[in-house]
Amino acid sequence: MTVRQISVFIENRAGRLEMIARLLGDAGINIRALSLADTSDFGILRLIVNRPADAEAMLRRHGFTLRMTEVVAVEVPDVPGGLAGVLSLLAAHQINVEYMYAFVEKTADKAVLVFRFNDSARAMDVLRGAGIRLLGEADILTK
Amino acid sequence: MPSSASRIFDPAAERLEPEKRRTLQLERLQTQLRRLYDGSHYYGEKMRAVGVRPQDIRGLEDLARLPFTEKEDLRRQYPYGAMTVPLADVVRLQASTGTTGRPIMVGYTRTDLEIWTQTVARILVAGGLSCDDIVQIAFGYGLFTGGFGLHQGAERVGATVIPVSSGNSERQVALMRDLGVTALVCTPSYALCLAEELERQGITKSDLRLRLGFFGGEFWSEIMRKQIQSRLGLLATDNYGLSEVMGPGVSGECLRQDGMHIAEDHFLCEVVDPETGDSLPDEAEGELVFTTLTRQASPVIRYRTRDRSRILTEPCPCGRTTRRMAKVTGRADDMLIIRGVNVFPSQVETVLLAFSEIRPHYELVVSRDGAMDQLEVRVEADGGLFSDRMGEMAALRDRLQRRLDSVLGLRVRLTLLEPGSLERVPGKARRVRDLRVW
Ligand SMILES: [Zn+2]
Repeated sequence: MTVRQISVFIENRAGRLEMIARLLGDAGINIRALSLADTSDFGILRLIVNRPADAEAMLRRHGFTLRMTEVVAVEVPDVPGGLAGVLSLLAAHQINVEYMYAFVEKTADKAVLVFRFNDSARAMDVLRGAGIRLLGEADILTK
Repeated sequence: MPSSASRIFDPAAERLEPEKRRTLQLERLQTQLRRLYDGSHYYGEKMRAVGVRPQDIRGLEDLARLPFTEKEDLRRQYPYGAMTVPLADVVRLQASTGTTGRPIMVGYTRTDLEIWTQTVARILVAGGLSCDDIVQIAFGYGLFTGGFGLHQGAERVGATVIPVSSGNSERQVALMRDLGVTALVCTPSYALCLAEELERQGITKSDLRLRLGFFGGEFWSEIMRKQIQSRLGLLATDNYGLSEVMGPGVSGECLRQDGMHIAEDHFLCEVVDPETGDSLPDEAEGELVFTTLTRQASPVIRYRTRDRSRILTEPCPCGRTTRRMAKVTGRADDMLIIRGVNVFPSQVETVLLAFSEIRPHYELVVSRDGAMDQLEVRVEADGGLFSDRMGEMAALRDRLQRRLDSVLGLRVRLTLLEPGSLERVPGKARRVRDLRVW
């Protein structure tokens, strides 16, 4: 069970992030989670939105370089140690995390962690085996 | 590795004594000029405009009295204006690969196709090809002369030809392995692209039977040759041609890899000063100029290629007696000198092409910081230059940086841009901004 994530190449110039947010907003697309990784000369913006296919088509029309990737989203209690527990589980099974970011559900006391793994299938087996709930798009995109 | 004493496809032509070859060239030139003076509106006018008649050309040295033909002249004749036989006699049309404006259409009669096929067969045999080889043609087929040109030549040699055309690296690699391909034909940058795909799929040289590579269609350096040879495990030869003159087959390296033997019985090659147009002696670097000697449908007189090279006259141990041309170093019209190093935008393009299957948009910005010239290469990041993983993205950027540094021979500043950042000037790709104040 995976979730589609859109990664967008952005130059490090002021206003690019705002511009993308505005384009999505104007199209009535909701940003559920967002993370920005950047170096001194470029950045990668990662987005989880409620209508990924529409967002992809719209951003492409505006000329952005982007890529749709499958990421793994899991739900953990939003309490101290919630994240650490998941990370140590993954480390114990020697599962490599390419990157991760988190967001908090407004309506519940749960946090959602988004992972990009080298080997998603194995990572998902380990998470499931430990009783951690994997989220599908229906769980996080429709809200 | 094949021995350097390989076969010669057409010994009578390729080993002809130089003196006899010059006589043959003059005879063919005069015949061609007489035909064009009376029969071609386009070339007839050109010669009359400078007051030169065919009978004024009494030796090869008189060639310099003939007017040049520029790319732009031919473009203005689109589509059929420069053809010199009735269309009924034309059995094939191809076009120049110009990235700007209208293409230059070129025609081939049956005889033209036959000569084209033979000249390509010559360079393939010179580079080691035989009827035992299985050849993968990964040049684009279509109006571009690369695909059909090499295809026809390889069939003539008797090799087993696989017309894959370009693109879809994954399938290229599968075919290469499954069919036991021994010879690869493509652009040098695509060869590197395939090497990367092989590595991605974990296929090693020993899983393949590759032994020869015939690369052309763009500029490439000796550094690139070494990389391609070691990564693909083959012997790589360079070949040259352009559709305005014929297509591939104009010249090609033998196994010595030391200059491309020119098919001088069909193409007269000069080198001129790109600024003044003055003829330069052998061994001097300048712009290549070609005159076709036997072409029927689309002959050219003193066609300015804009390609920079020089003519090598030292006899080649392979036994061919033709003069050779050195590797093309770039385009005559856009060379930059940065910290004393000659830089051609085409070199940058070649490097970029190896990272992406689509032609990237880029620009070079030259500036001066104190006494030091700086070269910035600005590239729009496209599908092939983007990953959602920061580590991979940074590694890609570093690899591109290193490749640019080593191919250009100087440290460049690399900037990745969002697509659409660079200005698109209709009809002309603006590649260079020189901000230096002299
Ligand atoms: Zn030779």
